[in-house]
Amino acid sequence: MKLKELESCLQQVDVFEEPKILLEQYPTSPHIAACMLYTIQSTFDDIGGKLVADLGCGCGVLSIGAAMLDAGLCVGFDIDSDALNIFKRNAEEFEISNVDLVQCDMCSLDADAYAKKFDTVIMNPPFGTKHNPGMDMKFLRAALTMAKTSVYSLHKTSTRENSKFKTSIFTFVSELRYDLPASYKFHKKKSVDIQVDFLRFAKA
Amino acid sequence: MKLLTHNMLTSHVKGVIKGFCILFFQATEVKVNEVEFNPEFVSRMIPKLEWCALVQAAELGHRQDLPGELVPDYEKNEEFLKKVHRVLLEVEVIEGCLQCPESGREFPISRGIPNMLLNEDEV
Repeated sequence: MKLKELESCLQQVDVFEEPKILLEQYPTSPHIAACMLYTIQSTFDDIGGKLVADLGCGCGVLSIGAAMLDAGLCVGFDIDSDALNIFKRNAEEFEISNVDLVQCDMCSLDADAYAKKFDTVIMNPPFGTKHNPGMDMKFLRAALTMAKTSVYSLHKTSTRENSKFKTSIFTFVSELRYDLPASYKFHKKKSVDIQVDFLRFAKA
Repeated sequence: MKLLTHNMLTSHVKGVIKGFCILFFQATEVKVNEVEFNPEFVSRMIPKLEWCALVQAAELGHRQDLPGELVPDYEKNEEFLKKVHRVLLEVEVIEGCLQCPESGREFPISRGIPNMLLNEDEV
């Protein structure tokens, strides 16, 4: 599947009806999702025929994209049942059957939960900039435990300096621009460009 | 919830020592959804599975004749791989519940989604 084809399919994925700020629910734009997934598959061959986990999957744009790129199975994890119901509806509309869902809290998992059960973990975690500092690191910790081969994650470029990435093994894949349309009442501008780092963490 | 997902789920209730124990489950509604067969994926998943838990789950969820022991040379046995594929990926539990054998804690499955959220005092 071509990148453009993937992106235009992902534009059909429904997003949050009433996003919850406490959960930092911002949809991953179809463009970002497509770029991310396409690179993971074409450069690293980490989706096709793999067991993939999508942490904080929300309405499922990354999972659905991974399923389209022929993941063996992609399991989405999220705490919010409203988001999971939209995910389910999306999967049904796309007639995708190689996805599955689990409702759970990524932050209260045991240290060794699902250890190495998945080949690849993909995620666009909460950035931890909405009264929940360190949230992205909690997600990352869970992801690094769960993955056998690699973790792909998006992080806000502005948090790069104070993050603990320096001590971990990761490859900087690219810097992406996140065009975030106004989605909450406190957003004054129509849309805003957010810079995110697309990172790959390889397991030893 | 697919049985492959079930096979990986564990209970994280406080006080449960064997965090990796496989959850028992009861299914009141089961559906079979066709999924494209990928023999390499299935044979790669087999060594990761708790095989007896899968056999048990297959019996409870949907009548499937999986052997109690893994067959030798399963990578080359397409008929066997197809059976495992069906159990792992095509059988879906829509309504039911999961139970942690150690703590007895139940986790509901509704509309195909297992709810593994814990209360504050269980974390």
